[in-house]
Amino acid sequence: MALAVVIFLLVVGSIIFHFASPWWFTDIATDWGSIDFTINITFWVTGFVFVACNVFLAYCIWKFRQRDGHKAVYEPENAGLEAKLSIFTTVGVVAMLAPGLFVWASFVTPPENALEYEVLGQQWQWQFRYPGADGILGTADTGFVSETNPFGINPEDPNGMDDVVVNDPNMHLAVNQPVKALLRSNDVLHNYTVPQFRVKMDLVPGLVSYLWFDPTQEGTYDIMCEELCGIGHFVMRGSVTVEPQADYDAWIAAQPTFADTQALAAPNVAAGQAQYAACAACHGQNGEGNPMLNAPKIAGQQAWYIERQLNHFKQGARGGEGDTNGAQMTAFANMLTTDEAVRNIAAYIATFPDTPAQTTIAGDIANGYDIYDRNCAACHLDNGAGIWYTDAPKLAGMSDWYFVTQISNFRAGIRGNHPADAYGEQMVQMATAMGDLEEINDVAAYINTLR
Amino acid sequence: MAYVPLADQDQDMEMHHPHSWVEKYVWSQDHKVIAIQYGGLAVLTGIVGLVLSLLFRMQLGFPESVNFVDPNFYYQAVTMHGMIMVVYFLTALFLGGFGNYMVPLMLGARDMVFPFLNMMSVWTFLISVIILMASFFVGGGPTGAGWTLYPPQTAMAGTPGHDAGIILMLVSLIVFVVAFTMGGLNYVVTILQYRCRGMTLMRMPLTIWGIFVATVLGLFAFPALLVACIMMLFDALLGTSFFMPAVLEAGTPLDFEGGSPILFQHLFWFFGHPEVYIVALPAFGLVSDVLSVHARKNIFGYRMMVWAIIAIGGLSFIVWAHHMYVSGMNPYFGFFFATTTLIIAVPTALKVYNWLLTLWEGDIRLNAPMYFAIGFIFTFIHGGLTGLFLGNVVIDLPLSDTYFVVAHFHLVMGVSPILVLYAALYHWYPKISGRMYNETLAKVHFWLTFLGAYAIYLPMHYLGFLGVPRRYYALGNTDFIPLSAQDLNSSITIAALIVGASQILFFINIIGSLKWGKKADSNPWGAASLEWQTPDTPPVHGNWGENLPTVYRWAYDYSVPGAAEDFIPQNMPESDVTTAQYAKSSQGNDE
Repeated sequence: MALAVVIFLLVVGSIIFHFASPWWFTDIATDWGSIDFTINITFWVTGFVFVACNVFLAYCIWKFRQRDGHKAVYEPENAGLEAKLSIFTTVGVVAMLAPGLFVWASFVTPPENALEYEVLGQQWQWQFRYPGADGILGTADTGFVSETNPFGINPEDPNGMDDVVVNDPNMHLAVNQPVKALLRSNDVLHNYTVPQFRVKMDLVPGLVSYLWFDPTQEGTYDIMCEELCGIGHFVMRGSVTVEPQADYDAWIAAQPTFADTQALAAPNVAAGQAQYAACAACHGQNGEGNPMLNAPKIAGQQAWYIERQLNHFKQGARGGEGDTNGAQMTAFANMLTTDEAVRNIAAYIATFPDTPAQTTIAGDIANGYDIYDRNCAACHLDNGAGIWYTDAPKLAGMSDWYFVTQISNFRAGIRGNHPADAYGEQMVQMATAMGDLEEINDVAAYINTLR
Repeated sequence: MAYVPLADQDQDMEMHHPHSWVEKYVWSQDHKVIAIQYGGLAVLTGIVGLVLSLLFRMQLGFPESVNFVDPNFYYQAVTMHGMIMVVYFLTALFLGGFGNYMVPLMLGARDMVFPFLNMMSVWTFLISVIILMASFFVGGGPTGAGWTLYPPQTAMAGTPGHDAGIILMLVSLIVFVVAFTMGGLNYVVTILQYRCRGMTLMRMPLTIWGIFVATVLGLFAFPALLVACIMMLFDALLGTSFFMPAVLEAGTPLDFEGGSPILFQHLFWFFGHPEVYIVALPAFGLVSDVLSVHARKNIFGYRMMVWAIIAIGGLSFIVWAHHMYVSGMNPYFGFFFATTTLIIAVPTALKVYNWLLTLWEGDIRLNAPMYFAIGFIFTFIHGGLTGLFLGNVVIDLPLSDTYFVVAHFHLVMGVSPILVLYAALYHWYPKISGRMYNETLAKVHFWLTFLGAYAIYLPMHYLGFLGVPRRYYALGNTDFIPLSAQDLNSSITIAALIVGASQILFFINIIGSLKWGKKADSNPWGAASLEWQTPDTPPVHGNWGENLPTVYRWAYDYSVPGAAEDFIPQNMPESDVTTAQYAKSSQGNDE
């Protein structure tokens, strides 16, 4: 008896939950309304069956519960009824499937006027490439991938030279311009998903997959990876901004082409040396750092990372509220007015002898190893050398006290949350996963053994 | 049917009765002891899987205050939970456990056709479990590649357990397939060859039909998993490139070229989809029998139910790529696989209708097994209907890889089969143990499990509608996920902890009742199928005493007009039906 009532209440409760739920599809930002339409049909058909079957179930439990003098009816089968139910079910299935197949037919055939762009996935970041003036993307292969050619664009292919490369997880699109995304991966499976766009597709190393859509709503939307791609899967994020054509044109004009990135002049080390004079007071003549002045060791750090951090200080992505030591850097970074100056100084720093910094932190090395090996090594590598590929700076032999303050800053939300710090959120999430200061010290103590 | 029952040679058969405790309970060749060994080991493994799920649910529900789950362990726990539950718990428990116990008893046989092979099967299964569990103790820990083990990431740095853990997982699966094949061949041959006189195929209980078709599916499907595992082992250990294309590991090219990650997915799901029905079909069969007995009514549309099981089994081999709509395979496959997938809804829906119509005009006894069986109908309807969303290829675009998928498959192949397991375990407990379980405790267990499970999975669908991706250690900062999603995650975790803890009631009940339970009649529910007609309860080695039973009718003669009792055992001769005062305590062979 109670069971019949509960089944009935669960049906009513499910319906109430459905209509009252604040958790529902995001507002659609493409013209894939036909997908939402198919979902609605499916909701009505399945909703009807859900209610009908379960109310019938509750009714049977109540009506035919055991009572004295009551006996079950003997009826092995009823071919007519079973045939009717088969037909009824088939009609319902067709009502859901037919529109679904029609919509799918349009999904597999991108329109003629769809502009192509490329999405490149790798652990754990997004990058984008647009075909440039010739409208053709140059061929690419993982064999060509290097720090200066992260897309692996074939340098022999003339079609690739004018490709616009966006080595940053934030992309732009023009509103109401249908686009076809060509999806490529450098390493493992990923999945290019923007919930508001409704469509998604895996990126598969070794082949090019695709999807298409027509963005109809301006705005900035999250790009999520939705195929498990390793330990950093949950922090593989990006964004897509849909904007008026003019804004889009201006944005894309400001992005470098592949030829630009290849034609970059070699940095001027002498000019960097001259600029470094201002840095030496704190960071030392040879970049050895000075804990007294809260200046970390910079000798031996990877040049791309030095450049990126200087730019972050300039952009205000570091040295903001709560980061008093970082704030001191802002003024110095602003002295480097051009990208070229930043590159020059990073090149000069790269000439310093790399002597491991003095250790100042003690901790449980075994525990530190356990945490590092399980969670940090995937990006910063087993030997703590770091690598551009995963946007991971060098940790081994660097200032351990600085490691502890930066991890603490990530945890406190002082560092990594600025929109210009594209990969900062990754460290915010990983640092937040660490237990407490003691654990951070343990990891620092372990990193001190990697030198 | 030109069928000569092996049973006619019964007098010449030699029963190898055990001579010592070890032979009786350890190196036993008795299908009932093997069933309990198989089932017990599956349950122990399942407990590990359950605890893992509670650990990562705590991380998801309370990320601020839970410190013992780091990203690495999260992915390991999610992976091991999935693989354990699907393969080592559900498959092993339904086929190794129930298959072994029910097949000979329900068919009127003395044992399996190959008792020694049967014993080998359970010990091989133990080896596979040991190898699997060993991966928790090796350097790097168990694999965290997701239970689907998709290459190339499985064996690449950046994935937890990418060195020793994945190797042990693959080896364990290979050994499991060996164990399954030994058991599976046994079930199929036993069902085809060892039925007692009169037990035609269309008189077999639906439990047997479910186990039979599931086993046939397994014998066709597991080889695909086997070759996938072997080829992946070659890739990982010998440097072949079956599944590995040219890829970069932390920026460095690995020595692979030309392999296809999607080929692995095809092989995996060629196994993986039938696997769903390897779990579901025995559940369909068991629940049909429980419903029929406790409704005191024949299963409605028996022939339709049999053909539906066969049709579902057949169709299950041509729907596999619906798991791969967004995998990057040729998208034109979507037309074919969406169509076959939605066609499978028709026989599945008919089964649901027939369960409902079995209750219609019945005389329903609301015992604990019936509670669980009815709970199954409810969750299976829900889980089946959400499958129509995911099977319809365009709807899969927004929902694939979100929590909607997680909610769907947990309801349809987690909660539903587990409710059937409990229905079946309570239902057959008196026969297996000779004792009655505690009815009140069993019902409390039902309410907590059933309502708790629905409180977990109904809201989880809505996280999926919102677009929250699965397999995320933390939600992080996004514009589209509101903070309230975290509250929902917390409530789901609380429900999960309650459901997890309430399973202790089940163990208290079945272990406690062994000692304190009321002695059970040999046929307490008044069931008509053969396993309830054994001369001894619990049945002894050889099952049937001097003579094998003879079957005169199907297993569902309940409330037959004119019969003396409201059930007619399968082995009661026609002449006794109207006259026999069928005292429940004096059953046995009626020959």
